[in-house]
Amino acid sequence: METWNRFVFTFFNADIAWRYWPTIVEGLWVTIAAGLLVVVTGVTCGMLLASLRTLGIRALNIPIILFVDIFRALPPLAIILVIFFGLPNVGIVLPSLVVLWTSLGAVLAAFSEEVFWAGITSVPPGQWMASRSTGMTFGQTLFHVILPQAVKLAIPPLTNRTISITKNLALGSAIGVNEILGQANSALSMSSNATPLTMGAFLYVLVFAPLILASRMLERRYQWGGH
Amino acid sequence: MLMSSSPVASQGFLLEALQIRKTFGQTEVLKGVDLQVKAGELVFLIGPSGSGKSTLLRCCNRLEEPTGGTLKLNGTDLLARSTDINEMRRKIGMVFQSFNLYPHLTVIGNVTLALRKVMKMPKAEADARAIENLKLVGMAEKALSYPSQLSGGQQQRVGIARSLALNPMMILMDEPTSALDPELVDSVLEVIKSLRDRGMTMVIASHEMNFARNAADRVVFLENGLVVESGTAEQIFTNAQHERTRQFLRQVRH
Repeated sequence: METWNRFVFTFFNADIAWRYWPTIVEGLWVTIAAGLLVVVTGVTCGMLLASLRTLGIRALNIPIILFVDIFRALPPLAIILVIFFGLPNVGIVLPSLVVLWTSLGAVLAAFSEEVFWAGITSVPPGQWMASRSTGMTFGQTLFHVILPQAVKLAIPPLTNRTISITKNLALGSAIGVNEILGQANSALSMSSNATPLTMGAFLYVLVFAPLILASRMLERRYQWGGH
Repeated sequence: MLMSSSPVASQGFLLEALQIRKTFGQTEVLKGVDLQVKAGELVFLIGPSGSGKSTLLRCCNRLEEPTGGTLKLNGTDLLARSTDINEMRRKIGMVFQSFNLYPHLTVIGNVTLALRKVMKMPKAEADARAIENLKLVGMAEKALSYPSQLSGGQQQRVGIARSLALNPMMILMDEPTSALDPELVDSVLEVIKSLRDRGMTMVIASHEMNFARNAADRVVFLENGLVVESGTAEQIFTNAQHERTRQFLRQVRH
């Protein structure tokens, strides 16, 4: 009984929860805002890079492929730390939120470029021919014929990638971004109690569970619909 | 400027492809092919697979870039730098063996896409034009279906309506019936026949010899990237001059 009480006191302490609730909810908004920034820029840049790659210009494709391969290989924490602690040495000081956003945005851009590119290349070449034969330009064909089909193929793998990369927002706590984990962490050191971490974990579930459910629904939907 | 002084052009060919060459890497697929088509003519391209029929058709609207030769549509040099090829492609319809309908768009969406994006037609006008052309191929009542809900023959008729809607000067067809189940072939051939009766200029690569015999004005036999023989359907089918042509015709008839 003694152990149980200590467990509850440590992880589910109502007094502590009450006191630090507002701080941690502040972190929630930061996480959501940063998450939206990462997803929008990452997916948009990924699609742009994949579209640029369709032009088939070597001088363009080599840097794109290099970028994609490097950012898929690097651990996100390494990127975040290099930018945050390295760039000030050459006189570029970026706010920690911006560092978190650009690092994870770049990682997501790299992964989603690959997903979109795979989608684009699996659209049959006859689709390009049919569209071009009606006088549509390269850009019109890409935008109205190829991408709609590629995006459909890309959605299931893309949602999974997006979720797993966005979860890395917690790494922001390492460079002082006051997102959920950062806020929970400072509450932990002030209160010497783990309850804020429990609350943080709870909030992460609250943010990501709907996304995971949505991705599962999307996957099921695309399993059925052949076309 | 458009009036050429060459004697050939003055004979009024709508499409004039002369000495067309196409090389893929080391392989020369077209070795200098002439294809001249008058307005209203139905020209059949026949020949064994790999003879260059598809490549020749694709060179005619520069879906494949010819490596050599001259190419004119109604007097306009299609290979000139100053020519807007997108503008010209609109005037050369193309129908494909595997239909190549856009799977994410409805039938009417397939037909209206280029009308709206290339010809910048307002939606109502494009829809009306699409329905009109779908009627010509007997597919108007399927306007809201998706391609995956249609049979191959129906898809191909939509493919024909899609190119027809742009009011092309001519239509190129690349084996329009060879991906179809036998019982669906006739529906497509009937549409082609009706287009011919309405004076549409067409170049068709196909193995439908009976149809060629009945409907073609001219037949061109292609082999190994060269024209072996060309003439009226009557000449080619009953009185071919080259042994190779006769041999090919014997093979495809059995």
